[in-house]
Amino acid sequence: MSVGVRPCGEFARGYPEDERVLKTRFVRASMAAFIGLLFILPFIAGGYVLAIVSGILIAVVGATGLNILTGYTGLISVGQGAFMGVGAYTVAVLATVWNIPFWLTLPAAGLVTAAVGAVFGLPSLRLKGFYLAIATLAAQFILDYTFMNWESVTKGAVGILVPRPALLGHALANDAEFYYFLLVPAVLGVVVGRNLFRTHVGRALIAVRDQDLAAEILGVNVLKMKLVAFALSSFFAGVAGGLVAYYTTSVAPGAFNLSLSIDYLAMIIIGGLGTSTGPILGAIFVLLIPDVLQHLIEMLRNVVDVSYTFAALREIIFGLFIIGFLIGKPEGLARFWRDFRAYWKLWPFAY
Amino acid sequence: MDFFLFLVVNGIAVGGIYALVALGFVLIYKATGAINFAQGEVLLICAYLVYAFLVQLELPLWLAILAAFFVAMLLGLTIERLFLRPLVGEPVASVIMVTIGLAYLLRGVIRFAWGSVERNFPLIFAGPPIAVAGVTVKMVHLWALGLATACLVVFSLLFKYSATGVRMRAAADNQRAALSLGIDVNRMFALSWMVAALLAAVGAMIIGQMNVLSIELSYIGLTVFPVVILGGLDSVVGAVVGGLVIGVIENLAGGYLGAYLPGAVKFIVPYIVLLVILLIRPYGFFGTHEIERV
Repeated sequence: MSVGVRPCGEFARGYPEDERVLKTRFVRASMAAFIGLLFILPFIAGGYVLAIVSGILIAVVGATGLNILTGYTGLISVGQGAFMGVGAYTVAVLATVWNIPFWLTLPAAGLVTAAVGAVFGLPSLRLKGFYLAIATLAAQFILDYTFMNWESVTKGAVGILVPRPALLGHALANDAEFYYFLLVPAVLGVVVGRNLFRTHVGRALIAVRDQDLAAEILGVNVLKMKLVAFALSSFFAGVAGGLVAYYTTSVAPGAFNLSLSIDYLAMIIIGGLGTSTGPILGAIFVLLIPDVLQHLIEMLRNVVDVSYTFAALREIIFGLFIIGFLIGKPEGLARFWRDFRAYWKLWPFAY
Repeated sequence: MDFFLFLVVNGIAVGGIYALVALGFVLIYKATGAINFAQGEVLLICAYLVYAFLVQLELPLWLAILAAFFVAMLLGLTIERLFLRPLVGEPVASVIMVTIGLAYLLRGVIRFAWGSVERNFPLIFAGPPIAVAGVTVKMVHLWALGLATACLVVFSLLFKYSATGVRMRAAADNQRAALSLGIDVNRMFALSWMVAALLAAVGAMIIGQMNVLSIELSYIGLTVFPVVILGGLDSVVGAVVGGLVIGVIENLAGGYLGAYLPGAVKFIVPYIVLLVILLIRPYGFFGTHEIERV
């Protein structure tokens, strides 16, 4: 991940300094500024922007989770949407039946989903690549069916209305409060997702991806690590699903279908598999496509009216981006971002 | 007993269609090693092509079918050239994800060209229902079964005896070795995508007969996965047998379990079978016994 280019005169004195995530003072300052900007955003931006950013924040959590599984461990999953559904239903049931506050339901959603994810990850002990993708596809359909038909718990097609989350007796009501409610888990998720791969668990996951045989010989318990990857990834998915439940205030089966799973897969591909900035950039990109497209269509309305084909255009553009990135830029937006930063670091010199 | 027979016969009939779709999938896998998540969309676009030629352009039946076959093969060729060829030698994950992207793209193209309205497909295989073992079967189902069997025989023979078939197998088995023996691997890949698209066109005509034409029909591309896993990913026979078995299982489950379990049991049972097969015998009934394992 690290660019490898350090400004002149910045030296690491000792390993702790060398292993820092944010290495230079400038990077630390700009990160602080960025986080600061995120926290004051509700005061400077309108409701429309806040709504978009809120959606992105949720997606960042889910995409970071999928990136752990698919990007870093190399296990393709087309079931992320269903796992988010498990989290959403966990939150909905806990919040409506037992009136449990959100700071307990969200971790609970993560844990329940992690357990479900590990169960559906069991085929990964014997299977690789395509076979595993198919197993997660089966998980997607089976969970979809469960959401729809386990009526005593999920209320079937009707779904469950989720009460607004309350903090210290105050129910979150407006966009800004919800924004903060989503911002904290998103930032936490990104930080955890980044730092996970500085620990021995994260390193082991990467080893499994790069060469499973070699990893096993080096003493990594490959079977265990694969299940750990599934559990970790599903934990993120569960929390993201829980956030969706609170944010949309209702949970219904249709929302967590295969196309949601593929949206998430697209996010990490476009963003950059196995990078920490990838899920963020990918989530922003994928969630902005419909809005940008909407604006474009409205701008073009006087020239050609193509608004009736909005759904079609979205699918075409989506498909083209997935294919284009895989063929032309397999390292995704994260690579663009890295090149961009490296360029400005040396500007105005070429090297 | 009558009910059982009814379910089995109808299951076999539906299975014929699954077999046809699965054949196209297996063909691509066998010849290029690529896994195609877009088979359902290719099938759907072929169905719309037949519809366009037959209804919108009002061509006579034989011409419409020929035209659809031709365009389908062109489509297969284009897909291979534009999207799959740049990925030769890339990891299997990239290929899977490219076909997922392709599925989106094709669905978008269909929606763009024909809209989201449901359309009625013209009857091609008309004829009175026929009684088989005391159960009446629709003509379309018989056609599906017949075509699937015919394709099975033709493709088994082709892969086994024709020079091209052997070349295709060689190209899939080991690209480098095939190249050094003077086999044009790229051509083999292009050829297999063309034939797969052709098979999709055949399947499309049959599926169009049984349902109204709409985007939702592409789900059939996903039903292929239980079928090919059951039959064995690289087995032509497996695709047909798997198709029939899944068709029957699906129908039996719908008939007998439908009363006890809520919702669309029929659609979920194949996936449960799939998971079980993956855990017990991942190479399926007839597939090659070499699966990478750790």
